Amino acid sequence: MTKDEIYSKMSEAIVAGDREAARGLAEEAVRSGLDLLEVVDRGYVPGIQKVGELWEQGEYFLPELITSAEAMKAAMGVLEPELKKRNAGSRAGGRVVIGTIEGDIHDIGKNLVASMLQAGGFEVHDLGADVKLERYIETAEEVGADMICLSALLTTTMMNQRRFIGLLRERGLRDKYKVLVGGAPANRAWAEEIGADGFAENAVAAVKLARSLAGRP
Amino acid sequence: MIATRRPKLELLSEALVERVVEEGLALLERHGVLVENREALGLLSGAGADVDPATGLARMGRELVEDCLAATPASVTLFDRTGTKAFTVGGDEVHFDPGSAAVTILEHAGGTQRKAMTSDVADLYRLVETLEHLHFQSTALIASDVPSPIADGFRLYLGLILSEKPFVTGTFRIEGFGPMKDFLAAVRGGENELRDKPLAIFDACPSPPLKWSNLTAQSLIDAARAGIPSELISMGMTGATSPTTIAGTLVQHVAENLSGLVICQLAGRGAPVIFGGSPSSFDMRKGTTPMGAIETMMIDAAYAQVGKRLGLPTHAYMALSDAKINDPQAGFETAFGAAIGALAGVNVISGPGMLDFESSQSLEKLVIDDGICAMAYRLIDGIAQRDDPIALGLFEGLAPGMSFLTHPHTRRWYRQEHIPAGLADRDPYEAWVAAGRTSIVDKAHADVQRRLAAHAAPPLAANVRGELDRIMIAYARSSGVDDWAPPRI
Repeated sequence: MTKDEIYSKMSEAIVAGDREAARGLAEEAVRSGLDLLEVVDRGYVPGIQKVGELWEQGEYFLPELITSAEAMKAAMGVLEPELKKRNAGSRAGGRVVIGTIEGDIHDIGKNLVASMLQAGGFEVHDLGADVKLERYIETAEEVGADMICLSALLTTTMMNQRRFIGLLRERGLRDKYKVLVGGAPANRAWAEEIGADGFAENAVAAVKLARSLAGRP
Repeated sequence: MIATRRPKLELLSEALVERVVEEGLALLERHGVLVENREALGLLSGAGADVDPATGLARMGRELVEDCLAATPASVTLFDRTGTKAFTVGGDEVHFDPGSAAVTILEHAGGTQRKAMTSDVADLYRLVETLEHLHFQSTALIASDVPSPIADGFRLYLGLILSEKPFVTGTFRIEGFGPMKDFLAAVRGGENELRDKPLAIFDACPSPPLKWSNLTAQSLIDAARAGIPSELISMGMTGATSPTTIAGTLVQHVAENLSGLVICQLAGRGAPVIFGGSPSSFDMRKGTTPMGAIETMMIDAAYAQVGKRLGLPTHAYMALSDAKINDPQAGFETAFGAAIGALAGVNVISGPGMLDFESSQSLEKLVIDDGICAMAYRLIDGIAQRDDPIALGLFEGLAPGMSFLTHPHTRRWYRQEHIPAGLADRDPYEAWVAAGRTSIVDKAHADVQRRLAAHAAPPLAANVRGELDRIMIAYARSSGVDDWAPPRI
């Protein structure tokens, strides 16, 4: 198989949401000593980008989207430790802390965004649901995050997104992190009103937004 | 005379109903449910369920479940605030109540949602008092100007002051149950009187898949002991928190609801329990939970059929819409749901007034929906044989051009056979234009204003009001809301 054939197989595995194939091809790439950064950029990333396109075209629905994200995770689970060993961290500029905000237990949407961000090449620290405002900051400080994503499904808990930004300001940390908000009741105007750095209406849009905020293509 | 058939919708074959129940029971026996409440786990363990104290997983054998089912009343009789008007929740009786618990109210002017205030909640209660096809109230709106620790109790407090209809309600936190029960007992004149004549139903929602949280399990226990009916609100979302097939979601629904029923019966044998729910077809594009999807309504009608087979009263979230304003979608989703729910014989149908995935209420929609409920009631009344012979005699002496308009038979029956149009437009086109081309939403808005202006809240005895105030003040103080004072209503 030529390199191009291998890369297109990787991409196909992601588009098909085939975890086993995605992982197997990654293991094979490690064994055969391929350039792993190139494997990610030319093999797997085009796959997940294609998935994003299929979503936007209305071809793919959530089950396909998430299954592909899981396949991407499986492949990256093999490749990332190797990249780290070789000091070739590919995820520069993309460390994200995400969670459903205090008082809110709805985490389906948040999980989608977390999976897609991870698949999109971000290092994701998912704090789960009903996350205390303090904990976002603690974790972000601890892991050296670039971005904090706050999800809220209720109009009542959405208010905590505003409180969080106030808390960041109080701590003098507002400029240290990009803050993204999402969830059913949130919208662009809300993000602007509370001084967040961005809003995305779905998981695919969230990845685009995060990439652009991280200064990546 | 031939007996009138009550039209009935049964989506499932008898064999499929049996199969769903079988698998639901097997699921409880083999996999079990997670119960995050120690008292409930203690009760289950004491009754012979296989409880893992480390994880909270409780497996329930078929005998235990069937024994609890046998102890559950087949119907519940609710009474209004005066204790004189009774409502049977069971058989094929249908009672509509407003969908709960919305956080926003839709403004007629501008068509935008805003957070609800105490005055909106009061208006909603007053309006529902005037809507004859909504037999029950629900704590349908959450007032944003009331501190959240006391939001659950406050809704019921205000409702009992302003309304005589029975309530569908529920707690937001464990501490809310005591004062809410006390409100009801205060109205009835004591806890035993409340047990004899239940005034409210408490909703309790398991967390799909297969889990009862600490709050909801405690609500089941507390309600069972007080003789307050619990409405079990299983709410799987197909393909997200429950199997994507409708039949698969029904299996989970049965397991979740029956495990709740077992907790109720172990806390208070003979406790009234309603087999309800708010499941939905999960939208695989938006990640939302459309209550107006036809598949959602199919799940509802089907689990109601299963609930009836189990000999239980039933409930569903139907006759509501995911539209954001009172547009055609709001109408067709609500009407579809009301008709299917009524035909399926769902005893308590929660939904009227509701928009936007159970998050918004609209006063205009409430009056429009009251008309939809009127049509649903007419539908299930069926077609009666009024005369014998049915009509042969009416054609004696039939002459060309004869009309039935002045026939005594018409005067005799037309009011029983045909319901008024309500707000629906039946003008000829020219008359409609001449009258200002008014839409049903505008007519509904005027109707809301008219009804609210004409309505006087039914009087509540001063000593009862004083007792409600006292309980509410104590609840506020114990919740750290020291500056709460009764509103001037």
